[in-house]
Amino acid sequence: MTATLAALGAASPGIWARIGASVLQVAAVAAGGPLLLGLMGKVRARAEGRVGPPITQGLRDLRKLMRKEAIRAEHTSAVSGLAPLVLVASGAVGAAVTPLVTTRPAIAGGADVFVVVYLLLMGSVALALGGLDAGTAFGGMGSSRAMTIGAISEPALLVAILALAVQAHSSNLPDIVAASLAHPGWLASPQRLLALVALVVVVIAETGRIPVDNPSTHLELTMIHEAMILEYAGTDLALVTVGEAMRLGLLLGLVANLFFPWGIGGSGGPLAVLVGLVALGAKAAAIATLIALVEVSTAKVRLFRVPELLAGGFVLAVVAVTTGLVAR
Amino acid sequence: MTPHRLADPAPQRTSELIATGDLPTRARELLHAGFRLALVAGHDDGHALRVVYAFCAGPPDRRVELQVRLDPAHPAVPSLAALSFPASRFERELADLFGIEPVGHPFLRPLVRHQHWPPHWHPMRGDAGPTPPMLIDAEPFPFVPVEGPGVYEIPVGPVHAGLIEPGHFRFSVVGETILKMKARLWFVHRGIERLFEGRAVADGVVLAERISGDTAAGHTLAYCLAVEDALCVETPTDAQLLRAIVVELERITNHVADLGALCNDVGFGVAHARALTLRERLLRLAGEVTGHRLLRGAIRPGAATVRRLPTEAELAEVGGLVDELVELATSNTVVMDRFTGTALLSSDDARTIGALGVVARASGLPVDARVAHPFVDFGPGLVPIVEEGGDVLARFSVRAGEVAASLRLVAELGGSVRSLDASAGDVGRRSGSGMGIVEAWRGTIVHRVEIDAGHVVRCKVVDPSFLTWPALSVALADTIVPDFPLANKSFNLSYAGNDL
Repeated sequence: MTATLAALGAASPGIWARIGASVLQVAAVAAGGPLLLGLMGKVRARAEGRVGPPITQGLRDLRKLMRKEAIRAEHTSAVSGLAPLVLVASGAVGAAVTPLVTTRPAIAGGADVFVVVYLLLMGSVALALGGLDAGTAFGGMGSSRAMTIGAISEPALLVAILALAVQAHSSNLPDIVAASLAHPGWLASPQRLLALVALVVVVIAETGRIPVDNPSTHLELTMIHEAMILEYAGTDLALVTVGEAMRLGLLLGLVANLFFPWGIGGSGGPLAVLVGLVALGAKAAAIATLIALVEVSTAKVRLFRVPELLAGGFVLAVVAVTTGLVAR
Repeated sequence: MTPHRLADPAPQRTSELIATGDLPTRARELLHAGFRLALVAGHDDGHALRVVYAFCAGPPDRRVELQVRLDPAHPAVPSLAALSFPASRFERELADLFGIEPVGHPFLRPLVRHQHWPPHWHPMRGDAGPTPPMLIDAEPFPFVPVEGPGVYEIPVGPVHAGLIEPGHFRFSVVGETILKMKARLWFVHRGIERLFEGRAVADGVVLAERISGDTAAGHTLAYCLAVEDALCVETPTDAQLLRAIVVELERITNHVADLGALCNDVGFGVAHARALTLRERLLRLAGEVTGHRLLRGAIRPGAATVRRLPTEAELAEVGGLVDELVELATSNTVVMDRFTGTALLSSDDARTIGALGVVARASGLPVDARVAHPFVDFGPGLVPIVEEGGDVLARFSVRAGEVAASLRLVAELGGSVRSLDASAGDVGRRSGSGMGIVEAWRGTIVHRVEIDAGHVVRCKVVDPSFLTWPALSVALADTIVPDFPLANKSFNLSYAGNDL
């Protein structure tokens, strides 16, 4: 709380400018997430020799869903309605505090690595509860699988970012990014490279991409994420879709800025923020393209192999932290 | 009408009317002599019900029919379930469609009959009449519950998330491991066999082409062979060669699609996309060869016509692309990990269940009707592709091997063809009974027809799926739930062909 107040107090670019930057970040993530998904779909399609849907398809689908009625399954409780809201809200708060287009978003002091990771976790848990709420076999199955994976991927995410925190002597994300910006040589340090690999594994798991989950499958029994949201329709589904896309945008933006912070707006004016926005988009798009290309070249691993993959990511993250501590 | 027919079957086929009581003894003898029960057909002759048991073995091609006439007051047959698992399935079908009681059947649950059918309505009986109104409040199917700590049920279908045929699967699961899977089918029961009744033999072709949409050529050929067997038609060799080529084209197209679909089910989209492109190419080739992308219209009773033959260059090009596709899939370690050891069907289980086609050959059984019951000389190039593994990989490999073998076979057979339009002429308005056996892409199809003055009195269809579906449940033991779609796709059995 003190840190938050301090951050608010130290309003060097002006509190309104910073609030504006945060709002821009939320908007960028909300609009950029679906575009990133569209881009990944397009890259996959092109690599497979197909034309594929346009990159804006995700946004069009959202517009379509927003016009539809939210039909809830029988016997559902308030959880079904709340889960999408919590998912979107947690994603929005995460996007507002994380250094995405500027290293000084509003309440920057509150953007601790734990806060952001737990915000993401909150969204996952809400969605899992939403999946359970209707009481169908598929929802339960999806939630159970998602939680199994989340139980390993969330700690790995935390520890991977912690490796950077050790290097930057701060667990505050804007400080980590600012320090990275000041020390470009850090990128080549072993703990950073290890943490980068670990983080990419986590991002793939958290966003339900191949080889962990297949976002385009129609096979109910293999689904993880899709199984949880089978009961959602209309505006509820639109919220879930936006929430999930924001999560993708946030995670990719985080990876981009933690490791490749160049271009991010610092304490400069609107121009710096604008440059930051373009840089964020370019970096996230580049990472999304790489992930999509990896997806094309691999298949979905057996469900019981997913924990092995994630455990590998976790081990890398732990090694990254240890390396960082030893290197100090 | 039957005595005449019984006296005059095709050379390799014998048919005799026996006493109901002798059935188990005679069936046991035949089964021990290496015959399999290929088909059981009920017949309503008006005054009495009759059941035909068709056993076959090969090579050399042997077909033995045992016929029993039933007591009109109490139609019953002694159950052969203890001798043959396929018999138990055929008997359940007889009980549902004809109301024939298989005495001594150990587990007589409904098979074709869905619970909303009115009681005592047997649609294949001559006096069944038009379809009566269905019951609205019906008892659910008596699934056997699996009990124990942590066991839960997952009901899936009959409506699925993807575009697949309707089938209900009831999984009993602990964690992610499948303890038991019961497939409840017959949601697309269209009464095909009934629709054959009364048709002129030539008109039966359009129906046979639609028994299972992806097996138009296979089912049509089985129907035509049965008709020709019944009417003693001497089909010209050229027609038989063209038919063989058309059926092999069907095998190639469907296997290619399956190779891609198996990759898609493990999320390896790039191989799927390539397979789809290749499949489209093959469909266009089929369109050019027969005038129909699904190979309809080329095969008719006593005749076969194509517009042109696939050229050697076309076949070689397809072969190269298929090799690339298989190489792409098998060189990917994740794909291989998913395929290997998944949904194991042991050779013993496959034999006991009576599995056919790709599934049987992937479990080490060299069953192939092209070898056992050839309708044309396939030449020395035909060797069944057999794998011992019994897992998804084995079924993938059998398909890959068969595509290559079929491409060679089409080229070889094409070299012997002298005419693209060969016909035995009018098949006439004769009478008789006959059987057609074809190794279609899924497995062995058997049709048995009885014809009276050029019109079909009865056509019994056995798609390999009917006999192979139970093998899927067996193969799923100890498989995990998320691997079910992959296992199911590796079997790729027909719902329509099974449900009829």
